[in-house]
Amino acid sequence: MYLYPKWIRLWHLINAAMFLILIVTGLSMQYTDKENASYVVGFAKAVRLHNFAAIILILNYILFVTGNLLTNNGRYYRIGRKNFISNLKKQFVYYSIGMFKGEKHPFPVSEERKFNPLQKITYVLAMYVAFPLLIISGIGLLLPEITITTVFGISGLILTDILHITMGFCLTIFMIIHIYTCTLGSKPTSLFRGIITGYHVSDED
Amino acid sequence: MFRIFSLVSLLTLLSLSSAGSSTVKSENFVGKDTATFVSSFEADNNRCFKCHGQEKYQYANATLGTQVTDMMCVERIIHKNEFYSSNHKSFSCTDCHSEEYTKFPHPGQLRMEQMYTCLDCHGGDVKFAKYHFEEIDSEYRKSIHFKMENEGFTCWKCHNPHTYKISVRTATNLKETIAYDNAICLNCHSDYSRFQLLTDRAEINIIKEHDWLPNQASHFASVRCIECHTKINNNIPVSHLILPKEQAVRRCNECHSQNSILMASLYKFESKAQRHDGFFNGIILNSSYVIGANRNEYLNYISLVIFFVVMLVIIVHIAFRLKNRSKNIKE
Repeated sequence: MYLYPKWIRLWHLINAAMFLILIVTGLSMQYTDKENASYVVGFAKAVRLHNFAAIILILNYILFVTGNLLTNNGRYYRIGRKNFISNLKKQFVYYSIGMFKGEKHPFPVSEERKFNPLQKITYVLAMYVAFPLLIISGIGLLLPEITITTVFGISGLILTDILHITMGFCLTIFMIIHIYTCTLGSKPTSLFRGIITGYHVSDED
Repeated sequence: MFRIFSLVSLLTLLSLSSAGSSTVKSENFVGKDTATFVSSFEADNNRCFKCHGQEKYQYANATLGTQVTDMMCVERIIHKNEFYSSNHKSFSCTDCHSEEYTKFPHPGQLRMEQMYTCLDCHGGDVKFAKYHFEEIDSEYRKSIHFKMENEGFTCWKCHNPHTYKISVRTATNLKETIAYDNAICLNCHSDYSRFQLLTDRAEINIIKEHDWLPNQASHFASVRCIECHTKINNNIPVSHLILPKEQAVRRCNECHSQNSILMASLYKFESKAQRHDGFFNGIILNSSYVIGANRNEYLNYISLVIFFVVMLVIIVHIAFRLKNRSKNIKE
């Protein structure tokens, strides 16, 4: 089943590559010390690479949002209220127990439903909550001149940075789980193959 | 865009600065008599300020029988308010300058008089022992500025005795202190007419030289030049060993790290009153924010715990999948 059109695959590839660069360079800025300054990439190079990758990521995010507005892809991210909690529970139980008992997917992938309920809620939180916050706080740090100096007596830059690293961390954890859950296809590699070729292979195929 | 920010910042530094050295003036001081200090030598000093306190002065030309109004040489103007806000405010002009100056016209040979240096008064005095002036002097003698002493470099080039006031030790607004201190350097390093009094070097473009520095404007407004351009000495209040430019700090992690050198330089006076709210080098947060130096201990722990829990869940999940797979193969 052809599920991932070219523009989504391109967006996804750029997003993944830039995000990896941003994680490595972000960690490098936050955690290198004088004693291990040359580890990974080093501060100066990390700043340059981080800024560069961030700008590409922002442009890519604009592509994502625009694409979702202009094409049908946006509908996959719409969360229905009906059975919201019970559907999440069903999917969670499947991942933790059902799949080991050989049960079938409670929400098999189709052209109408690309994401299962658990996937949908995490993708929406990641792409429409964490990502905008990450980008806005990132712009605040890229151009500290435009950041509000104090918010209720606390430095605006500290709040901006804490928001930025917290969102960065949440999205890093998202990425780890995302990569792992991608091994849960019909074969461990089939979902990875899907996002490269565009074709989804399900257990039923 | 960064360049514009930098330029604006540099101009702001210059305009913010007050009395770093002789030509750096603040609007607060010029023209208005706002000094609150009452000098016991006020009447004596006023004889000098009458002419040297502003841009123009008047005198009676006895030979021609006329009243002359003339311009005071910029280098000879001491604004009263600046003087009475400075460290040397309690002095009489003639404590340091010859009594002969009370005569007008001033005798020509007075221009050749030997001026005092800092150590003439501050050296070997128990009252000033805690400031270690002798060590400041020996640091200065190792600094890049000392080699220009024959050309006329002295303490006064940076610390104008008429206007200088200690700043970082008593700072209530660190940003203003930084601007004040940086103006002392910029006074020569961004003013080629003064710079070339001491050297034949070509003009330095500070903005261009610091092009490599990300967020240059923020750096210029948040740290002093001497943070990177001097060697730290914990025995003296402010380091005076100005390094050759090749030896200036260029490694970001010198400041951007848990063990930031800023704690031993810009924040050394405040760092004694350390904050306890989970932030490393938290004192910096009162006036600034330094990536890498201001990590939060609690966030570090929380993020590590979350990371390991997630990894553990994944490993357990993988283990169950493998177990399940071998069971399926057997069946």
